[in-house]
Amino acid sequence: MIGTLLSGDLPRSRILTALLVVIFLGLALAPFLFPGVRSVDTAARISIFIVLVASYDLLLGYAGIVSFAHTMFFGIGAYGVALTLQAMGRGWDAVLIGTLAGAGTAAAIALVIGLFSLRVRAIFFAMITLAVASAVGVLVSQLSGLTGGEDGLNIQIPRELTPAFKFGGELWGVKLNGKLLAYYLVFGTALVLFLLMLRIVNSPFGRTLLAVRENDFRAEAIGYPVVRYRTAATCLSAAIAALAGALYALWLRYVGPETVLSMELMIDILLMVVIGGMGTIWGAVIGATLFVIAQNYLQEVMGWASAATEGVPLLPNLLDPDRWLLWLGLLFVLSVYFFPAGIVGRLRAGKWNDPK
Amino acid sequence: MTLLETRDLTVRFGGHVAVDAVTCAFKAGELTAIVGPNGAGKTTYFNLISGQIPATAGEVLLVGKSLAGLSVSARARAGIGRAFQLTNLFPNLSVRENLRLVMQQKAGIGFAMFSTASAHRAVLERANEVLKTVRLAQKAEFLVKELSHGDQRKLEVGMLIALDPKVYMFDEPTAGMSADEAPVVLDLIRDLKARPDRAILLVEHKMDVIARLADRIIVLHNGALVDDGPPAEVIASDVVQEAYMGKALDLV
Repeated sequence: MIGTLLSGDLPRSRILTALLVVIFLGLALAPFLFPGVRSVDTAARISIFIVLVASYDLLLGYAGIVSFAHTMFFGIGAYGVALTLQAMGRGWDAVLIGTLAGAGTAAAIALVIGLFSLRVRAIFFAMITLAVASAVGVLVSQLSGLTGGEDGLNIQIPRELTPAFKFGGELWGVKLNGKLLAYYLVFGTALVLFLLMLRIVNSPFGRTLLAVRENDFRAEAIGYPVVRYRTAATCLSAAIAALAGALYALWLRYVGPETVLSMELMIDILLMVVIGGMGTIWGAVIGATLFVIAQNYLQEVMGWASAATEGVPLLPNLLDPDRWLLWLGLLFVLSVYFFPAGIVGRLRAGKWNDPK
Repeated sequence: MTLLETRDLTVRFGGHVAVDAVTCAFKAGELTAIVGPNGAGKTTYFNLISGQIPATAGEVLLVGKSLAGLSVSARARAGIGRAFQLTNLFPNLSVRENLRLVMQQKAGIGFAMFSTASAHRAVLERANEVLKTVRLAQKAEFLVKELSHGDQRKLEVGMLIALDPKVYMFDEPTAGMSADEAPVVLDLIRDLKARPDRAILLVEHKMDVIARLADRIIVLHNGALVDDGPPAEVIASDVVQEAYMGKALDLV
């Protein structure tokens, strides 16, 4: 049963299994285990980023395609839902239509970019995605009448997803309200999308992508039309990123260029893929969880450490919460240095990309 | 029956004519050795047939149908199969997975996304059969990059056997293999020869191999077809004697 659900792609490492079970339980029970606005928000972000990072890994780790447009697809999904909700009012129909429209648009743009540039050298595709992503970023901030420009848009989501909607008293001290439903919408959708991607990478299609990544020349020579496979992977990855974007917009009840389209976000995604381990969807779980937690709580830990070391020369300054980016950077350099195949790759002891 | 035909097949790189109006037909059940000195255009001729290089002029026909405009993968699916001179496999995948990928393509399930690859038992079984045929069953789980050169050559031939095209093209299949390993590959090719519905093209330098396997020899020199006939005749001919004795050819 579990084997089927996980498409036969088991973690193949005890420590990794333990980590994944802890993360799964943590996310599944987050509102009850860690009540509090901030911790539940972190859990929702982790769920969404797992999907986003896994969809990027589908492209980078499996198909071997470098793209800088992944946040653009994420943004298209987010704006898709936001704009539709604005135009049609706060109904579920708007959510559904907006989500599908966002995913469809993302896949269509990916198709056009893919057909134009996947034929030629890989670096060309990367450049095109960079150009298109920048263009879309500029467009979104300039078309302020439609998109709210740099300020973004606050959106009205269906009432059932807001704290104002109550459907009972309390369960284990947690209020049963729309926010809880919203969390489980995010978690459930993310879980389904994750399992779907796990299935895709272990399907004949996923195996073909690995072959294309390994040796596109030979893949073509044994009869696989490489460009079509690359394009399909790009579209699929774009559509899933857009779905993650739609979830993010619903969760935050806000979209803005800084939150869903920025270059920093693109680099964050890249880092999460590399830290977790490229070429394994499990890597996305580890990478996204570590990264989002570090991003949200490193400052606090440092504030505490800084206060604790007061009186010692230099240390409190180094540990000042304002320097958190320095430490985050240092953590990444070290993790990439010590785990070149990512944490999952390391835990699987070098067997990370050999599908059995 | 003629399976493969090239008509005035030509490719120019700038001013250099690498393959010069080669017209030749290859019949089913026949193994044709293609010989000629280095730089004669043998591998380029292969590249033109399998589609890696577009022809400047002329055409390739498979069972009477022109392959013009077809991509490499479309030609592979149509029945042109190619093994490479320099081993060209999927180095970080297992031996079994390399063969399974070929079988998966033939089963036409490359785009199947919602079933696991291992659920397609028949594809896996067929890959296992080829593993046995090329005597690599013991090393099925090895990554290709962990294999010895000789085993990689065997797998290279195995990939083609798995694809089972109408036209088999081997480019120096035993290059760099030790004397006790080469016979395995040559036996495999001889077994293929027994099949009356396949044509085999073999680029080879070793005369003993050619003498053992070939039904016919064609000679390329400076891109042009200069001789064509049964092995005994061609080997005895002046052209081949001179080419392989290291003397300069004077064909004009």
